[in-house]
Amino acid sequence: MSGSTNAPLIEVRDLGVQLNTSRGPAQAVRGVSFALKRGETLGLVGESGCGKSVTALALMGLLPDSAVISGSIRLDGRELVGLSDANYCKLRGNRIGMIFQEPMTALNPMHTIGRQVAEPLRRHTNCSAAQARKEAIALLDRVGLPDAGKRVDAYPHQFSGGQRQRVTIAMALACQPDVLIADEPTTALDVTIQGQILDLIADLVAERGMSMILISHDLGVIAESVQRMAVMYGGTVVESGATDAVFRRMGHPYTQGLFRARPRLGARKGTRLMTIAGTVPELADLPSGCTFADRCAIVEDRCRVALPVEVDVGAGHGVRCLRTDVVMAEPAGVLGS
Amino acid sequence: MSTPLSVSDEMRAAPERPLLANGFWRRARRHRSFVAGGTLSLLVLGAALLSLVWTPWSAYEIDVASKLRPPSAAHWLGTDVFGRDIVSLLLVGARSTIMVGVIAVGIGLTFGVCLGLIAAARKGWTEEIIMRMSDFTFAFPAVLSAIMLAAVAGPGMVTSITAIGIFQIPTLVRVTRGSANAIWAREFVLAARASGKGSFRITIEHVLPNILSALIVQATIQFALAILAEAALSYLGLGTQPPQPSWGRMLNDAQTLLFQSPMLAVYPGAAIAIAVLGLNLLGDGLRDLLDPRLARER
Repeated sequence: MSGSTNAPLIEVRDLGVQLNTSRGPAQAVRGVSFALKRGETLGLVGESGCGKSVTALALMGLLPDSAVISGSIRLDGRELVGLSDANYCKLRGNRIGMIFQEPMTALNPMHTIGRQVAEPLRRHTNCSAAQARKEAIALLDRVGLPDAGKRVDAYPHQFSGGQRQRVTIAMALACQPDVLIADEPTTALDVTIQGQILDLIADLVAERGMSMILISHDLGVIAESVQRMAVMYGGTVVESGATDAVFRRMGHPYTQGLFRARPRLGARKGTRLMTIAGTVPELADLPSGCTFADRCAIVEDRCRVALPVEVDVGAGHGVRCLRTDVVMAEPAGVLGS
Repeated sequence: MSTPLSVSDEMRAAPERPLLANGFWRRARRHRSFVAGGTLSLLVLGAALLSLVWTPWSAYEIDVASKLRPPSAAHWLGTDVFGRDIVSLLLVGARSTIMVGVIAVGIGLTFGVCLGLIAAARKGWTEEIIMRMSDFTFAFPAVLSAIMLAAVAGPGMVTSITAIGIFQIPTLVRVTRGSANAIWAREFVLAARASGKGSFRITIEHVLPNILSALIVQATIQFALAILAEAALSYLGLGTQPPQPSWGRMLNDAQTLLFQSPMLAVYPGAAIAIAVLGLNLLGDGLRDLLDPRLARER
């Protein structure tokens, strides 16, 4: 553990990722910046293809070799962009852990779960096989796997989805990483299991003083789980700030649209869900101005000229929109009301 | 909240079961195709071993006076055109069949699997070079490379085994690379990379175990192809040299006498069929038994 408590643990500045797709180069992420102190939690929210997962993979150094990464990612002051793969291997699983979306496929079907949880320990620490196994049982017990001592030698197919996600959490946490990246950890699970898994992750993050980046397309999950959030659209962060501030004030038309589009309990029968008109822009063919311009109700000509800069609307709440005066004129948010 | 899940996450009881420990043989005995394949393979292996210590007649002794005899008490399956005892020829022939199959497939597997795994792990130029080289090798039929080798090293069993082995490499490179690529795209490989493993460890610990079943099945097919290729090469005089008997040679010798004594072709043909069938069933059974997901249902 190094660095003072005030220095950010993870600092991403002006991150850009260009992927080479069959349809030509695609700017999957543009100008993404955020900083995370030790123990802080950040949520990335947005629809499919908005660049959430690419951002996470860039942090992990797991993007394909053909991807072009610009900007800077610092972990404890150390630059990670351009780090050699051998050096990155020492960080992954050790200082940065990751939980994946699909617990059904994130475990190797040919190895016992005990072996898979013990693997990062064996890799990053000097502990013996017996010690690693003991530690793996303790971890599996901690993540709430029933009868961990007996089931440590079972194979992934012998577990249910929720149990497997617990195993992958144990795997990600084995080496006590400083940062946990959870990429839609509950999307593939039942709603009842979702709550339990989110509670477990929150407990573990608090217990170990980790920082967490939670990726989700579910506003409810984000609202409950993180202190700060960033809304992504078309590869850029369109709005970011403290979770309750963003939910209360909603400075970007896209955030408002997302919020209106969620299903609600207690709505009258036959009420249609609100949608955002239009479709997500092609990453290979992004508009020159605001990425949301084509779907925005209050778009003006100047919106299409250049990507708007982030405007601070108070207390670290940033909005990438030229028309915040109009958007924020009438209250649209929830929390606090 | 970290309360263990109770009923909703049902527990399917999982007895502890290391993959190759005592449970393996118990399950193996109940696996029908494994047992059948194992029996047939052992039959061929037994024949080869038996020929080392005993054959009813000498397989090398020519007795033209008693050529092309029908089955009798003295010659159980009759004699061939040189008066040699068929049973003895089959027993001794099993030796060269096994040798050709095992060594040629061994060569193919060693090089093919290594190159295929490297191609899948490295991608880019390395993959391109390996695949184009295997295309290049593929373009030369086994017979052609055997003729080339024979011109350099002289005809014989070693030459034919080497040629067949080289001929096997490109097929196995392709099968390995294809299945390995599919595994590399799986999420658990990403998870393994996220836990800090390099591509070498991922290849050994994650990719190889998951493509093993495909490789086992492919290897048994390659074994069958090797036996047939050996027969073809022997026919051209590039494989096993007379008087050393092999099933392929017997088959080709019988070809000219097909109308006179058709059974001469049937015996070695049946022997080859038994060996190939046995190995295929064995490979099939092994694949099932080595896969923890399929293990439970057996």
